[in-house]
Amino acid sequence: MTPLGLLNIAVFFLVILALTKPLGAFMAEVFQGERTFLHPLLRPLERLIYRACGVRENSEQRWTQYAASLVAFSLVCFLFVYAFERLQGLLPLNPMGFGTGHAPGGATRMTPDLAFNTAVSFVTNTNWQAYAGEATLSYLVQMAALAVENFVSAAAGVAVALALVRGLARQQSKTLGNFWVDLTRGVVYVFLPLAFVGALVLGSQGVIQNFRQYTRAATLQGSTDVIPQGPVASQEAIKMLGTNGGGFFNANSAHPFENPTPLSNFIETLMIFAVPAGLTYTFGKMIGDTRQGWALLAAMSVLFLFAVFVVYGAEQRGNPILTRLGIERSATARQPGGNMEGKELRFGIADSALFATVTTDASCGAVSSMHDSYTPLGGLVLLFNIELGEVVFGGVGSGLYGMLLFAMIGVFIAGLMVGRTPEYVGKKIEQKEVKMAMLALIIMAANILMFTGVSSVARFSKRGYWNPPGAAAENTANAGPHGFTEILYAYSSANGNNGSAFAGIDANTPWYNVSTGFAILIGRFLFIIPLLAVAGTLVAKRRIPSTSGTLPTHGALFVGVLIGTVVIVGALTFFPALSLGPIVEHFLMVQGKLFPAVALPW
Amino acid sequence: MSTLPSVEQETELIPKRLARARPLFDHEILRRAARQSVLKLRPAVQLKNPVMFVVEVGAALTTLLAAGRAWNGGPGLSFVIQIALWLWFTVVFANFAEAMAEARGKAQADTLRKTKSDSTATRVTGGCRCEVVPASKLRAGDIVICEAGSLIPGDGDVVEGIATVDESVITGESAPVIRESGGDRSAVTGGTKVLSDCIRVRITSNPGETFLDRMIALVEGAERQKTPNEIALNILIAGLTLIFLLAVITLHPFSIYAAASVRGGRIPGIAVLISLLVCLIPTTIGGLLSAIGIAGMDRVMQHNVLAMSGKAVEAAGDVNTLLLDKTGTITLGNRQAVEFLPASGVADRDLADAAQLSSLADETPEGRSIMVLAKEKYNLRGRELSQQEARFIPFSAYTRMSGVDLDGRRLRKGATEAVGEFVKENGGRVPPDFMEMADRISRSGGTPLAVAEGSRLLGLVHLKDIVKGGMRERLAHLRTMGIRSVMITGDNPLTAAAIANEAGVDDFLAQATPQDKLEYIRNEQAEGRRVAMTGDGTNDAPALAQADVGVAMNSGTMAAKEAGNMVDLDSNPTKLVEIVAIGKQLLMTRGALTTFSIANDIAKYFAIIPAMFAGTYPALNHLNIMHLHSPQSAVLSAVIFNALIIVALVPLALRGVRYRPQTAASLLRRNLLIYGLGGIIAPFPGIWIIDRLVAFIHLA
Amino acid sequence: MWRHIGPAFRLMFAFTILTGFLYPAVVTELCQVFFPRQANGSLIYRHGRVLGSSLIGQNFTSPAYFHPRPSAAGVAGYDPMASGGSNLGPTSRALYERVKADVAQFRAENPGYQGPVPADAVTASASGLDPDISPASAFAQAARVAHARGLSRRQIRHLIRDYTQKRQLGFLGEPRVNVLEINLALDRLAQDRRQ
Repeated sequence: MTPLGLLNIAVFFLVILALTKPLGAFMAEVFQGERTFLHPLLRPLERLIYRACGVRENSEQRWTQYAASLVAFSLVCFLFVYAFERLQGLLPLNPMGFGTGHAPGGATRMTPDLAFNTAVSFVTNTNWQAYAGEATLSYLVQMAALAVENFVSAAAGVAVALALVRGLARQQSKTLGNFWVDLTRGVVYVFLPLAFVGALVLGSQGVIQNFRQYTRAATLQGSTDVIPQGPVASQEAIKMLGTNGGGFFNANSAHPFENPTPLSNFIETLMIFAVPAGLTYTFGKMIGDTRQGWALLAAMSVLFLFAVFVVYGAEQRGNPILTRLGIERSATARQPGGNMEGKELRFGIADSALFATVTTDASCGAVSSMHDSYTPLGGLVLLFNIELGEVVFGGVGSGLYGMLLFAMIGVFIAGLMVGRTPEYVGKKIEQKEVKMAMLALIIMAANILMFTGVSSVARFSKRGYWNPPGAAAENTANAGPHGFTEILYAYSSANGNNGSAFAGIDANTPWYNVSTGFAILIGRFLFIIPLLAVAGTLVAKRRIPSTSGTLPTHGALFVGVLIGTVVIVGALTFFPALSLGPIVEHFLMVQGKLFPAVALPW
Repeated sequence: MSTLPSVEQETELIPKRLARARPLFDHEILRRAARQSVLKLRPAVQLKNPVMFVVEVGAALTTLLAAGRAWNGGPGLSFVIQIALWLWFTVVFANFAEAMAEARGKAQADTLRKTKSDSTATRVTGGCRCEVVPASKLRAGDIVICEAGSLIPGDGDVVEGIATVDESVITGESAPVIRESGGDRSAVTGGTKVLSDCIRVRITSNPGETFLDRMIALVEGAERQKTPNEIALNILIAGLTLIFLLAVITLHPFSIYAAASVRGGRIPGIAVLISLLVCLIPTTIGGLLSAIGIAGMDRVMQHNVLAMSGKAVEAAGDVNTLLLDKTGTITLGNRQAVEFLPASGVADRDLADAAQLSSLADETPEGRSIMVLAKEKYNLRGRELSQQEARFIPFSAYTRMSGVDLDGRRLRKGATEAVGEFVKENGGRVPPDFMEMADRISRSGGTPLAVAEGSRLLGLVHLKDIVKGGMRERLAHLRTMGIRSVMITGDNPLTAAAIANEAGVDDFLAQATPQDKLEYIRNEQAEGRRVAMTGDGTNDAPALAQADVGVAMNSGTMAAKEAGNMVDLDSNPTKLVEIVAIGKQLLMTRGALTTFSIANDIAKYFAIIPAMFAGTYPALNHLNIMHLHSPQSAVLSAVIFNALIIVALVPLALRGVRYRPQTAASLLRRNLLIYGLGGIIAPFPGIWIIDRLVAFIHLA
Repeated sequence: MWRHIGPAFRLMFAFTILTGFLYPAVVTELCQVFFPRQANGSLIYRHGRVLGSSLIGQNFTSPAYFHPRPSAAGVAGYDPMASGGSNLGPTSRALYERVKADVAQFRAENPGYQGPVPADAVTASASGLDPDISPASAFAQAARVAHARGLSRRQIRHLIRDYTQKRQLGFLGEPRVNVLEINLALDRLAQDRRQ
């Protein structure tokens, strides 16, 4: 680890801390219907949307209605995206003719299973991509279907978090707000202005933004390259801000057109954490005790910093198998050293490790380096970040509501130790809350482990419909523990709505498209619905005034409890699986063991 | 005559350590528990506890596996048999914990049941006619006559007469109590014995529903229902069990992949998978959870408090506001003389002498305190006076005076106005400065007691409410625990404020009527606080019912007892604080053992995972940080540790974790350190030692 | 449930107009006005024809050019239509064999260089289109390029220093040399000399 690398991480972290309060306070105002400095400009737009869509701004919804609105909206979104994808050949803004007879050679076909997977993935803020954007989708689909989802799925995630926060903030009430209003405000006041500014900043760094044909270039060595084009900057900004992560190009944020400079990389990394960090303050503000929000942020920060240093350290130490071939291991003034496989030079080790940690902490899933080529320990942390439930800052909204879920479980166990029925921010945590929280955790564990289990051993007929390579494990690019990790990572990412991948796995087969699609749906809705149910029971409760006999949920002690809960729940659930993946791979790597990429014996 | 405990018997307001009546491991109880723990292996019983049910299924499967191996002569038979045995032990140990707790209750119930012999009753059938019927035939509304020496046949209210009653069967207190018709001392309990006089009692409960019946049922646990928090915790550990079930089941396909990818690795067998599962699921808390609940009830009972439900005990831990009766709780039961204030022209010593003489026959604490004060201040010894030379005038509500006629001297003491009247009748007069002096005493929170001889006013005795020693500190402790104390008193606000200030209570309710109490409780609850109170009178019933924890005094009326959710058999209002402590301890014990149980898993992973995959990935032996002897010994040691830890923690579950009045933050820090960090660390040496033993005696 | 479909449909429609059309249109307009070069791909033209983009790496195999990093984009590498990394894990024999071959090739191509191989020179980038190499890698290749071009090593070293981009804002990222740009400079140098 170099001083400059550490400085990068430190500056990043400090900027996030500095952004938390202003952004959080702004969001608290927006979502509580107060006037902000953007109102003169955007309030007419907001009202126009309500009027045009028949939304009554002041009507409130119970949790069941709130959930129904969310599900209905997601369903409509799915249909929109699916239709766009399947009909792209008939629609305009398709200079390369994807989905038509004259698509370029090597283009990927938008099959029903791939379209299903992609639609589900974008609607749920996952942005798992089993396709290469530049060789599959028209500008129209990228811009008017996928990028729109980046906005609304992010705003929907925030809406769910708001509902839960209101459940904690209000007392003896029945309603949690109005989903349509929360959604609209999220898009209009938060994501649209931020994305607009972000897009221009990224544009200045070299992120492309045009509607031209792909450019043919005659290279110096005399060959012809086809350089893709497209409206990238506008999509890139919301992809990061909404913690969506779906790249315009296959290489995602590693692609120079998506992320051309170290500065653009720094800004994109900031954009991932900005809203999730701010939401912790919004939470504190809305429940009337900002210390509670800072406590969540503190827990997140500790987990984040720990992770980033482990990843950075592991990547800088590199792969001893390769180092033995005579490759520079340490960073010098003129080269980065470490494990550079799958990393862009302009980002080096530190910025790649930072981005990778951030994108897996949050449910972003954009990548500026290839996680599959990380050292086992680096990859372990990335995978484990996702398996913790992406609550370290986390996705927009989903990070906060996930962390609140852990706070409730932590409070329930630790809170008993102070001799009182556990309560969190004045709300008693009882049967119903525990039941729903456990349900969410069980679903999460089942979703990841069962699908991984099936894909580890499932066999299909070679060149059949479901999985042409044969056994599901044949789709991996690596054998041995690493291949297993690819499968485990795929379903962890799907369940966590992350969307990043150990991308060696060939996921564009009907089996993987359908199974990860369902894993995504389960991970999103079967987590959110129990959570909204919790919000529904919490909102009816009275807030108990806190005394010195109440477990304080803002001090260092509680931060420790929260961290412990998150890590221990994650570790206990996934340690066996991880030990067969990255953990054993680490020991094998140290021993110098190599796995040939040949077919498994079945 | 008061049923309040005397000053010496006073219980600690905040117990340093909760009292234990019975030794934890009594021979008889142990035997009974051991038998029960085997009987409880019935799946129907286990099904109620999902965690232990999973263990039992695992044990059964492993047993079948062992049988299969024995039949086919497969390898590793001894290993599988040992695993099966220890899994059965795990279930038995958990059963044992519950059975221990239950057996302790049953022992208590048996004692109670002995008093419930088949007695007969004299039932009044109308007019003057009576008939003798078996007690079990009595219905609510029947009137019975109870004479000296007979058992009261059922719960009821005295409708006529006054009698002394021995209630020791229920309270354990041998001193007889007075029961009389009307007022707050009219309730009698079936099974108690009339010692003197004769009373008519209206029976208030039907057979099988008497207080004694319910008490027996309660202590036996027959009526035990899971409390809300217990259910929530059960859901949590059942959920964790499910998660671990998923983690272990999916290990099978994972290891098929792993074995294939290294070509010829070994897939862990079912016995090992089951062992891992059992080690991971929270068997410690799962096995001890119901024992903790029963033991909590039991602890309350050992304080001679009868909780009507476990829910009430749990709620006690959550109390934010304690309504404490001034008399007997905050102050000593009665006022004490602190000063002699002579009238002008009277010598101090004469006043003291007169006061002492007039109190010679006064057995009330006030009277005795005058004797003590006179002796301390003026060295006046108590004199023996026979009935011949002296005539004692007892206190009566009508005269509001008491005194003595001796050698022609007519000494009186009593309420200022009453004594004033007495002096005037005898031709004396009451000087104005005398009344001023009396007022001053009142304002300072005391009570003036006038002393006169014939026509001459001698002076005043200052009777003061004495706040119990250490009360301030104890209330401060309560405050650190986040509990507000509120003093309830019939005194005027002025007096109340003075005492409240001296005792250091957070608030007081002066000239409190039952309606005031009810209002106060409702207001507290409206702000989200939980309230505990004690009460005895019929007019306390609404407040007792409204309070989250309502402790009725056993000396009180049936109505009060019905309204509250606990009955204090000693009728000691100070105990409220102990009840709160027990409630907190109950919740803490659950939290501590849950944390411990979950924290244990980390070490178990390090023991079992490398052992499981020793055949596939020898490299994973790096995780074998305990350097366990062999894969078999590692698995076996973890399973043995998991079983033994349950037994090791039975005393803790029954006794409860150590409790100290501290702020929540320091309690949490302490318990996290012990049960969280301790739970992570403890199994490492534990498993290591067992592994050495297992290796030493060649078990694996 | 169906009560919610109506507003869902209408809002989805509204957001598609707003964020799917208006927003990218405005961003495009502004980018084209303020950052036209960047917005269109930072293209490099020579004689009116597109040579490539300064952001997109190209493959160079001639000893007279600086060589970029190994690329996993497409079969031959550096195919802009197939961006992506190798996705080979640390215990992959394929990775080991590839890096071993690359190290051997690097050594063979740059016999004058004796130090450890710079980490980036034998590892494939994430995008497969990495336009940069490390200064260390460039200096290691300097002797070969100088030899092939008939230039002095000093000249080449000078050129490398000129084309080394420092860390952005002094601390972000890594110092780097854009391969296409320095190779164009080499060509220009040769042209200048011819003239």
